[in-house]
Amino acid sequence: MRHLGLWLLLAVLLGWTLFPFWWAIATSLKAGPALFDTALLPRAPTGANYAALFREGRFGRSILNSALVAGAVAALSLALSASAAYALGRIAFRGRGLLLATILGVSMFPQVAVLSGMFELIRALGLYNTLAGVALSYLIFTLPFTTWILTTFMRELPRELEEAAVMDGASPFVTVTRIFLPLLAPAMATTGLLAFIAAWNEFLFALTFTLTDGMRTVPVAIALISGASAFELPWGRIMAASVVVTLPLVLLVLAFQRRIVAGLTAGAVKG
Amino acid sequence: MSAAAERRRARTAWLFLAPMLLALALVAAWPLARTTWLGFTDATLFAPGAQRFVGLANYRLLFADPDWWRAVANTLVFATVSVALETVLGLLVALLLDAKLRGRGVLRAAMLVPWAIPTVVSAQLWAWMLHDQHGVVNAMLVALGVIAEPRAWLAEPWAAMAWIVAVDVWKSTPFMALLSLAALQLVPRAVMEAARIDGLGPVGIFFRITLPLIRPALLVAILFRLLDALRVFDLMYVLAGSGPATASMSVHARQLLVDFGEVGEGSAAATALVLVVVACATLVAWLGRLRLGGAGR
Repeated sequence: MRHLGLWLLLAVLLGWTLFPFWWAIATSLKAGPALFDTALLPRAPTGANYAALFREGRFGRSILNSALVAGAVAALSLALSASAAYALGRIAFRGRGLLLATILGVSMFPQVAVLSGMFELIRALGLYNTLAGVALSYLIFTLPFTTWILTTFMRELPRELEEAAVMDGASPFVTVTRIFLPLLAPAMATTGLLAFIAAWNEFLFALTFTLTDGMRTVPVAIALISGASAFELPWGRIMAASVVVTLPLVLLVLAFQRRIVAGLTAGAVKG
Repeated sequence: MSAAAERRRARTAWLFLAPMLLALALVAAWPLARTTWLGFTDATLFAPGAQRFVGLANYRLLFADPDWWRAVANTLVFATVSVALETVLGLLVALLLDAKLRGRGVLRAAMLVPWAIPTVVSAQLWAWMLHDQHGVVNAMLVALGVIAEPRAWLAEPWAAMAWIVAVDVWKSTPFMALLSLAALQLVPRAVMEAARIDGLGPVGIFFRITLPLIRPALLVAILFRLLDALRVFDLMYVLAGSGPATASMSVHARQLLVDFGEVGEGSAAATALVLVVVACATLVAWLGRLRLGGAGR
């Protein structure tokens, strides 16, 4: 009896969580007048919306843009923060606590607070309306966050490893690249994945620092999909686009479920 | 370790930190300083480079603007209500996931999905479900007899804000649930077992044992969520545009900056947002410590 109640609660929660996705998939497979009925299962499923989405070529370009930006941001953040995490996690030096607090503070910063300064910087570097400009601006939120998580992971590695390396005359650089980084590979993968997702999902900077359709990332493209007129939004295509960008994320999340949870909680609970 | 060796270690530390610190100085410290400065000038998007110092004029303009105060109120209401709901619901879900129940793995995976997708996508999913003529929410509510005829949810100020909160709860409760679950799993089973043997019921165990033990971790999670909610932009922008009825401080500041080209006043609004965020964070940290001190006598 008690279990029946729990099961019922579980079912309600699953329904509440997953229904919007189900509805997006159902809508994306409807076309014409069927789009406006509320049948939970499309009566005559059609791929027309997906075909239309990719026919114009712009959405494919947006996906490529997002992948390039998120990939570059994740790689660069990992490289810079792995080095910093060694210093923050393994060496006791003066000012470390203050530095960690500052880094955490930056990661919680409202993005709007740097918007005009960042706009100026990107224009001064000649990066307005380029993917490099968008990627550069993303470092403000990925760097603090990857540094923070990698520092907590770095701290947990056994002390003896480092001492043995120093005994053998290894320089700090060799210790980090040959001993710590291989051990941290799973943590790096998780952290990189979280940075990738954060960059893939970002909207405000991408909206502000790009101008032309060719430079749009996926969130901006989805927010700005428009129909023949302003009053006639192509909901079928918007839902198809939503499904297309959600699927890879769902697969990633399912594949790395445990790791993601470990990374998220390492950054928050133990900190 | 000798003093010389220690100095060498410290020098190594700064060497390893340098690339990251340089990057942060470029993309965080410099833009922040410039934005703060621009808030005291008459800069506009139309004449970049030509700006004069105008003192507090932008702040005077901002504080005389009812739309700004509306944005402050919208943001505070949104952040307080959504974070409160997410904390309570997240804790409930975490307790459910903590129970030894088959199928909880499926639920945990399912819950990560709303968290992982772009906010813009979740906003579009809900915008379509809430569509005034063809939305499934209207169809369901009419069928259940809750409302007589379809409503334009996102065009009514209060309803729009309520739905924006609901969408945020849908999207962010998983985050709170996962952090709560991690904290719950650190509570030693022996303590709960002892309390149960002493005759404390499940509710008593939760309020007297579990909650005090997970409070520090929960507080950190609440602080994270709160800071995230105070800077909300995507949800309002996609669901309701930049209209003053639902605009958050971020939406309002961006509108001033980009749509109206008022870089000076927009930068002042952005800086004011930072002050509000810092004030809220300090308040929560202070309240949290006060309560913690009380719990520990």
